Amino acid sequence: MSLQSLLIMRHELLLAVAAIFILTAEIFIDPARKKNISLISIVLFAIVTIAGFLPFKLTGTLFGGMYVSSNVSTLMKNILNIGVLIILIQSVTWLRKDENSDRVSEYFILIMSTLIGMDFMISAGHFLMFYIGLELATIPVAALAAFERYKNKSAEAGIKLILISSLSSGVLLYGLSMIYGTTGSLYFFEVSQHFPGFNLQILGFIFFFAGMAFKISIVPFHLWTADVYEGAPVNITSFLSVISKGAAIFILIIILYAIFPSIMETWQKTILVTSILTMTIGNLFAIRQQNIKRFLAFSSISQAGYILVGMVGGNQLGMASVIYYILVYIFSNLGAFGVVTAISNATGKENIDDYNGLYKTNPKLSLIMMLALFSLAGIPPLAGFFGKFFLFTAAAEKGFYFLVLIAVINTIISLYYYLLVVKAMFINKNDDPIVNFRSDFPTRSALLICVAGIFVTGFASIIFELIKGLSFGN
Amino acid sequence: MNILTFFVVIPVLTITGIILVKDIKRVKLVASIGMGLQLLLAALLVVLYIMQRRAGNTEEMLFIKDFVWFKSLNIHFALGVDGISVAMIALTSVVVFAGVFASWEMAFLTKEFFVSLILLATGVFGFFISIDLFTMFLFYELAVIPMYLLIGVWGSGPKEYSAMKLTLMLMGASAILFVGILGIYFHSAPDGEPLTFNILRISNYVIPIQAQRVFFPMTFVGFGVLGALFPFHTWSPDGHSSAPTAVSMLHAGVLMKLGGYGAFRVAIFLMPEAAKEMSWIFIILTSISVIYGAFGAMVQKDLKYINAYSSVSHCGLVLFAILMMNKTAMTGAVLQMISHGLMTALFFALIGMIYGRTHTRLINEMGGLMKIIPFLSVCYVIAGLASLGLPGLSGFVAEMTIFVGAFQHPDLFHRITTIIAITSIVITAVYILRVIAILLLGPSRDNQYEHMNDAKWYEKISTVILIACVAAIGLAPFWLSSMIGTSMQPVIDKILAVNPF
Repeated sequence: MSLQSLLIMRHELLLAVAAIFILTAEIFIDPARKKNISLISIVLFAIVTIAGFLPFKLTGTLFGGMYVSSNVSTLMKNILNIGVLIILIQSVTWLRKDENSDRVSEYFILIMSTLIGMDFMISAGHFLMFYIGLELATIPVAALAAFERYKNKSAEAGIKLILISSLSSGVLLYGLSMIYGTTGSLYFFEVSQHFPGFNLQILGFIFFFAGMAFKISIVPFHLWTADVYEGAPVNITSFLSVISKGAAIFILIIILYAIFPSIMETWQKTILVTSILTMTIGNLFAIRQQNIKRFLAFSSISQAGYILVGMVGGNQLGMASVIYYILVYIFSNLGAFGVVTAISNATGKENIDDYNGLYKTNPKLSLIMMLALFSLAGIPPLAGFFGKFFLFTAAAEKGFYFLVLIAVINTIISLYYYLLVVKAMFINKNDDPIVNFRSDFPTRSALLICVAGIFVTGFASIIFELIKGLSFGN
Repeated sequence: MNILTFFVVIPVLTITGIILVKDIKRVKLVASIGMGLQLLLAALLVVLYIMQRRAGNTEEMLFIKDFVWFKSLNIHFALGVDGISVAMIALTSVVVFAGVFASWEMAFLTKEFFVSLILLATGVFGFFISIDLFTMFLFYELAVIPMYLLIGVWGSGPKEYSAMKLTLMLMGASAILFVGILGIYFHSAPDGEPLTFNILRISNYVIPIQAQRVFFPMTFVGFGVLGALFPFHTWSPDGHSSAPTAVSMLHAGVLMKLGGYGAFRVAIFLMPEAAKEMSWIFIILTSISVIYGAFGAMVQKDLKYINAYSSVSHCGLVLFAILMMNKTAMTGAVLQMISHGLMTALFFALIGMIYGRTHTRLINEMGGLMKIIPFLSVCYVIAGLASLGLPGLSGFVAEMTIFVGAFQHPDLFHRITTIIAITSIVITAVYILRVIAILLLGPSRDNQYEHMNDAKWYEKISTVILIACVAAIGLAPFWLSSMIGTSMQPVIDKILAVNPF
């Protein structure tokens, strides 16, 4: 292996090194100083993130085309790294609790290994590589969801996630077997060349899409989402709703654009129907939720629907807007989850009613929550507005005006329930409000990153232009 | 630096200043200084604009400034004004300035209140100076969203319901508008040429009629909801009556004008062919708005509801005039926007001040206020007279111009709808005089009202400046109407060129 090939897969290699380092440190470190592991891991991960951004213009393939590194895949990995970094910083307070102190390094190792899986998945050039990455990305997350295993709900979440994942993997593999049977290859470029789209191939594609739909929690494959999100610890919920979802969307858009352009009309119809269902059902269920994690779970389902709207055109603007929106979504959703984490750590309260009168006691947290929710709703001048604008513009470019109309009506429905939370914090009165507390340094810095991201990503047009320049599509 | 950029920069600086200072007095001081500067800047803009025109500058838009923002989508931050937007900016700065003084007694979360109020003003100013559809839309939404908190936190009555209803209806309208704007964007240039959001650029190109037929109604309704187009006006009475004084002033005085201005600048200016074809539907709807609003105002007992319904009627008249699509009527529409903005702001300010003293807004519970608080009562009479169109005040000029313009259409349909709309003048007189008779003149209902104080200094500032503007337009309308009329010419040329009468 030459130096160049090492550099090509630097994201995965560095992550693996970091994970092994933490594992070794865990063995040799003095038990009294175990809490330093958090700091070490975050510093290591920050180094990995920065190394990912270093401007090596190295693209190429490895392992005979199994692994492909392109500018887009590097960009996607970097975006995921930013999100994971924020989540790691957010979870420090939670990991400091007594009941978690014996498992700190496991947390970081599991998160890093699932990220390695996602990176391999994004860089896959072969369906088997893609599948290995997918499994590597999924199984550690199930362990993470059951992290608080002494709690019934957390254990239940882990079991549900692993069962659903294996089911969806089965469905996906069945689709892949049909694709293999009709094309005779699993290499992406060969499949794309032998895909005229006769019925068995379409069927294979549908199975493949259904498998992916489980991972992204697209309606009607979303039923696991709310339970798992509610049961898992808050940080894992934010990881599932942002990073797992983002990675699955990244690979889906690459595969749709690169492998299946020949059956574009078919997948456009599929996405058209599923996106309408996903947005509408996600929104309608979100209105009824009382638990803030379930609430954000359904909100994230509807967000996936908007993202599908961006993909539907199959155009370059579509890919750019999807990647851009994931970036925006990372900052906005992690901002919201950051506030939920802070409140959950300090008081253990997780219901929307508990947020009544929050502005009186914790004005800063309320403001951040409001900004994050407004960004998710797409209110200017926050980044979410630009993100949604570009997503819908991408769909309109190809003439999907009807879909855009449904999507914008859905954003109004979503505005309604986001405003309900804002109302709880700012308007509603509460005899027993959450007392004023001062969150610690990691929580505050993570929230600060999110708020900065919410403002800067929108205004700084250079970010969008950069993503647009790297995207492809017709 | 371009003078127009200051219209966004000053409010943003004011907001920052408000956030930084500590006690309530300074918050108010910063807010009033900031908005005072804005008022001076608007006056300067009017003077500069007129001087440029006198000097023979015949460009369609003046003070044009263009920053490229998102290059790949050709989104610019493009600024420019013509006579119409200059007039609207002047109106906005007057109303915002008066609004700051009208909320001088705001004691609950003062800092947050002024931040939201000026954020709203930022959106409005930004909207009027933009000539790029993207930034226009951005500022439009920016102006709507603070309303939720302003009504929900500081409002009265069923405030949570009203705030949610208003926000969702207006944002729903902006959702439809958004599709319309995207439709315009993707048909903004012939095949092969770069698409643009720039209004001036698009106006040089005729959007294909098939696209116009789809996107004109979306754009018009999208803006029309904000202009209280029947049957989408229901947010207005609830919203206005629940909102705190300054917010009602700003909302009825300025924000509703965004609807009229946008319907004219985007829907009609860019898609005149479809506008010609479909205007009859909207003329019928706006005639209903005009009459329905007036009748609604006649039976209400709550002062704010009366005024909110009267706003529906008057703003309906704005849209009605715009749809007449000739120079006189459309000039009248802009005059009406300004006149209504000023007098409705005056109304809401006075209602707020009266409510602060009597703690009721039901006209039946009050009476004989003229003896007790003569200054406020006289102001109320002046506002009322302006509203029912007394010559010498702004309302007369505007309505006269509108109806003369509307009657220039020789055909039966336009004639009949015009006559229907004209009858609103009579109904307006009924409800205005009814309020004046019961509220101000009749016998005093309650002894405890006898000891009320008349207007304080900040209330006088707020009312006097509005009355001065109402009177100025009423007495010397021609500088304003000629400024508007000159800028109306390109729009009329475009309408005439594609579809001669």
